[in-house]
Parts: sequence; C-alpha cells; structure tokens
Amino acid sequence: MLTLYIPMDSVACAVGADAVAAAFAAEAARRKLDIDIVRTSSRGLFWLEPLVEVDTPQGRAAYREVSPDQVASLLDVDLAANGDHLLSVGLVEQLPYLKTQQRLLFARAGITSPLSLEHYLAHGGYQGLEHAARLSHDEIVAEVLESGLRGRGGAAFPAGIKWRTVRQAQAEQKYVVCNADEGDSGSFADRMLMEGDPFLLIEGMTIAGLAVGASRGYIYVRSEYAPAIAVLRQAIDIARAHGYLGADVAHGGHEFEIEVREGAGAYICGEETSLLESVEGRRGTVRAKPPLPALQGLFGQPTLVHNVLSLASVPLILSRGAAWYRNFGMGRSLGTMAFQLAGNVRRGGLVERAFGLTLRELVFDYGGGTASGKPVKAVQLGGPLGAWIPPSQFDTPLDYEALAAIGAMLGHGGAVLCDDSLHLGQMARFAMQFCAEESCGKCTPCRIGSTRGVEVIERLLAAPDSAERQRQRALLDDLCDTMQYGSLCALGGMTPFPVQSAMRHFPADFGLDTQEQAQ
Amino acid sequence: MNAQQQETLQQLLQQYRDLPGGLLPLLHAVQDALGHIPADAIPAIARAMNQSQAEVHGVIGFYHDFRTSPPAAHSLRLCRAEACQSMGSEALAAQLRTQLGVEDHGHTADGQLELRPVYCLGACACAPALQLDGQLHARVTPEKLSALLAACGKEAKC
Repeated sequence: MLTLYIPMDSVACAVGADAVAAAFAAEAARRKLDIDIVRTSSRGLFWLEPLVEVDTPQGRAAYREVSPDQVASLLDVDLAANGDHLLSVGLVEQLPYLKTQQRLLFARAGITSPLSLEHYLAHGGYQGLEHAARLSHDEIVAEVLESGLRGRGGAAFPAGIKWRTVRQAQAEQKYVVCNADEGDSGSFADRMLMEGDPFLLIEGMTIAGLAVGASRGYIYVRSEYAPAIAVLRQAIDIARAHGYLGADVAHGGHEFEIEVREGAGAYICGEETSLLESVEGRRGTVRAKPPLPALQGLFGQPTLVHNVLSLASVPLILSRGAAWYRNFGMGRSLGTMAFQLAGNVRRGGLVERAFGLTLRELVFDYGGGTASGKPVKAVQLGGPLGAWIPPSQFDTPLDYEALAAIGAMLGHGGAVLCDDSLHLGQMARFAMQFCAEESCGKCTPCRIGSTRGVEVIERLLAAPDSAERQRQRALLDDLCDTMQYGSLCALGGMTPFPVQSAMRHFPADFGLDTQEQAQ
Repeated sequence: MNAQQQETLQQLLQQYRDLPGGLLPLLHAVQDALGHIPADAIPAIARAMNQSQAEVHGVIGFYHDFRTSPPAAHSLRLCRAEACQSMGSEALAAQLRTQLGVEDHGHTADGQLELRPVYCLGACACAPALQLDGQLHARVTPEKLSALLAACGKEAKC
C-alpha cells in the first residue's frame, strides 16, 4: 500500500494542502488504488508547500508545490519507488535546507500526526516527564538552570532563575502561563509547534508545574491562530484521557490541568503582565514591575510565564540532560533557536540551528536571497520592534549578545527580508503607527509619543529643505530617546529600534544625504 | 435582543459566570453565538460577572476583536505587517480600494463585505496573506484576490 504524508498545518492548507489531500483520495478511489493518506505537521519548508511525501525503501521522497490538477500525473508514476516526476525533490531528509539543521524542538515536524499520542510516544514523547517524575522538584529546577536555557520570547531571561523564584515562593496556588500570543510579523514557530506538536508543549508545561509546584496552567493563544487553539484543546483532552493531565500526572499524586485562553486581537498582550491582565478578564494594560510575575502574577499568585518554545525545550533538557543541551550554541546563548525566514525570501521557512550561525548564512544559504530576485536591501530581525539590519552587518553571529552589540535583537527569531521596493522611511512611519494602534495607553511616552512619532516622520519625509529635515530629525531623535527610556514596557521602549536603525542605515529613504546623516 | 438571543445569552452567562477571569471567554462566546455583542447585553454581562458596565465597555473597547454592531456578510482581514508589506500587501489594499471602493475598517457600499487590517496571521513565509470569512489564504496575488472576491459575490459564504 502507498502511504502519503500531507501536512495539515494551517499555512500549508492556505496554499492548498487540503485540496491536494482530497484530490489524492478521490483519484485513488477512481483508480481503485489502496492508499493511506497521513495528515502530518509541516516540515517548515514553506516555499515547497504543499509538500507531499511518500514512503519509499530509502526514506520519504517528496514532491513540491503540488496542486490538485497534478495529482493524476503523480499517481501515474511509481511513487513508492521514488518515481521520477517534474515535482520531485528527492528524499526530503537529504535536502540541504533540512539536513544541515539541528532539529531538537522540531524533531517531529513533518513526521508525526499532530494529534496522535501514539506517534508522540513513538518519537520520544513523555520521556522528559518520566525522568522528571523521578527527580525532586529542586533537582528539576537545577537541571533547567544548568542547561542555560533562556526565555525564547524575546527578553532571553535565564529560565532557571525564574523557575527557582517561583519554586521558592510560598503560596497555596501557583500557575504556569504559556505566552502563545505570537504577534511578531515574521514569526510562526510557536504556531507551527502548537499546531504540529501540541503534546510537546503540554509535556513542557506539566514538567514546569511539577517543578515549581503549580497545579494549573494556562495557554494564552492569539485569536488569529484559531487552528492552533482547536488542536491544543483536542490534545489536552487526549492527554487527560490518558492520565497525562489531571489528578496524578507523574505517579506522585501531583495534579496538573491546562486551560487554553483565546486572545482578542491585542498585540500588547504578548507582554507578560498585559497577558496576565487579559487572562484575568481585563483590558490588557501593562503592569509596573516589581512585583515580578514570578512572585505576584496571575490572580496575584506566583506565576511562571514562558513563551511556547521555552516550555517546549524543557522535555528534551530533562530527557537528554542539561550537559547535552549545553553542547549547542555559543557564549551565553545555549541550545538551539528556531529562526524563521519570512517576507520577500526565496526559501521561506523554519531553520532550527544552534545559536551562532551568521545572519548571512541564514539569509543566503538557507533563504536564498529575495523571492523577487533583487538584492536584499535589509532584514528586520525580531519582529516589529526589531532593528532593520543592512547587508554590511550580515556577518554578525545570531546570538543574543552579538546582536545587542550592533543595536539589534533576536527577539523571537523571525527575520523579514525586503528588496528595494520597500521604502524604509515609510516602514519607520509604520513602526510608530503600529505602536500607536497597539499601545495599551498606560504610559505617556508610548501612548502620546507614538502618535507624535508618526507626525514627525511624516514631516521629515516631506521636508522641503535640509534645515527643515535637520530640525525634524533632531525632534525624532529626542522623541525616540524619551520613548526608549521612559516607556513602561518593550512596546514603547523598542519602537525606536526599527525607526532609528532605518534612519541610520538608509538615510536616503528619509531624504537625508550621507553628510546630513553624519551630523 | 429577541427572546431567542436573550435565552442564548442567559445560557452563556450561566456557563461562564464562575470561571476565573471569565469575561474574555464569555465575550468571545457571546460574539460567536450572536455575531456581535449587543449593547443591551452589557448590563446583564456586567451583573453576571460582578463588574460595572463601564468595566465591560472598557474591555470590549480595548480588544480589536470585539464588536458591538453586527458583522457584514463577508469579512476580509488583510495582513499589513512587515513580512506581508515586503511582498506587496499595500498593493492588495490599493486593489481593494479601486476595485471595491473599500477602505481599512470600512465596508463596501452594499454593506456585504468589510475590510479590516490585521497584523500578522503567522503565514509570513508565504506572504502576503489574508483571511476571508475565517479561512486563511497565503501567497495571495492580485489575480487570486480577484478570484476570491468573485467567489464571494456568487455565494453567500465562501
């Protein structure tokens, strides 16, 4: 029997995967062919989607960008013998894009069926929890601390220190909250993981609950990710039915329950304190820190707040050990990072690699440059609050400290490429406009500053002469300074990054000549 | 609200009133069931959740998703974030302006289709992307957009 693997990832479906699966089923029925269609997660090779894989004696052979009208011709060739076809890309795991990656978090991507607990267990699932159940709470915390894992959401705070703080806090009720409000443009790793490997996140949260002494977890998912919400809810039910959630999750009488909460279209709710307000049912207004959420978080109780990928890293750290995990990465950036190539890129997709590869390797070796074929003008790294990086800085290694040294940040690992059709003066204006639209309104630099920022950039871009340009530029620099140092959270505090990096590296887009820029 | 809507609301209030931090899930459930959050539902929601009407209004107003007026027959959410902008989403917005005369946050003259900007649908590797009546479409070209709109014109729901 012929076994086909077709992703059910929402983006694969947005480019036709469902239609392709239906076409294969219909054509096979017409030919009375016995085929088995397994709907899997996506490999993250999005430029090839819909990617159809077939079992062959050598491994899975793949066919790229399949459309329903090509299904008949595919079934004409001997797929099970890696038959030759125009759409063939050969054995999928031999593709350099995939072969050179270090897939730890996404080890199962494209291989297993998202809601199959059986697949999950067969591919190493729940070994982390099994190991954790044999350790004391403090030993689990020590393992995470030792691994060097840092928060993957953007702030890169050492995870183990957070765990220790929550562990040591005294309270009747503690919480684990997963921040799945992945709102950064260019980021889709959380979405892929939740849609494609939901049990990994559930296992990570369960271990976290065990370690810090929390019996309840919440996953706060943005409403734009409706398919992820549906998959998570089903996976939670399946896990509960098999005793992986509920009254006794680790054979020690430890209770853990998870509830999925849906966001409502507010970018700011990706900020952890705003997210907690939202889970509590209020406006997503940022809280001042201290108190830290680790001590007074959700409903005023000690709360471990982590991004999806931070929590999903935990099962592997527990099953393979902290020492093994530390083998990946460089300096103080340890483990792997799920980089995401997006925007005007020839080969857009997910690249999981240890920290330390350069932006050039990511953009050219993996990404293959722009989709338009024109030279890469810039890359925005780390979402809408990340800096625009010019090609002259592409040799910077992707590690938290090296990027900070050039005034950039890794954020959630999304890289958006653009060519010269994108006007960075307009993108600077957009950054301010986005901040104005999404500001929670609590602090003045962000609430008022963003609107004034839009106005100043408009005046700068329309300035009739050099004197006026200089005047507006000085105003903008001053405003950015106020926002950066005076805002309560990263939204107002980092909106100046894309604005000032665009102005610094692409003065011509602001009408500034090099001489004016230097002044 | 008519009697049936009243009854739906009462059921949802019962379901969510004791859920910790249940206001957002309740508002989502009301909107899913009734299409929007009717103004005359707010006093009952406030009472059930033990909050003031001002607080409920405040929450509805804060989040882009919640609406207090009925939706159009078709809802188009065009992604306007950086990755989609780098692949021509502004040109798609311009196409909608010329082809249908519809602006951001606006609707077509016949009220059948509304356009809302959205910032990231997670399809950034296959930009530009949009959501039409809840369905995600990626690698959208001007021709594909025209075809999607044409399908909308022909069917009640596409």
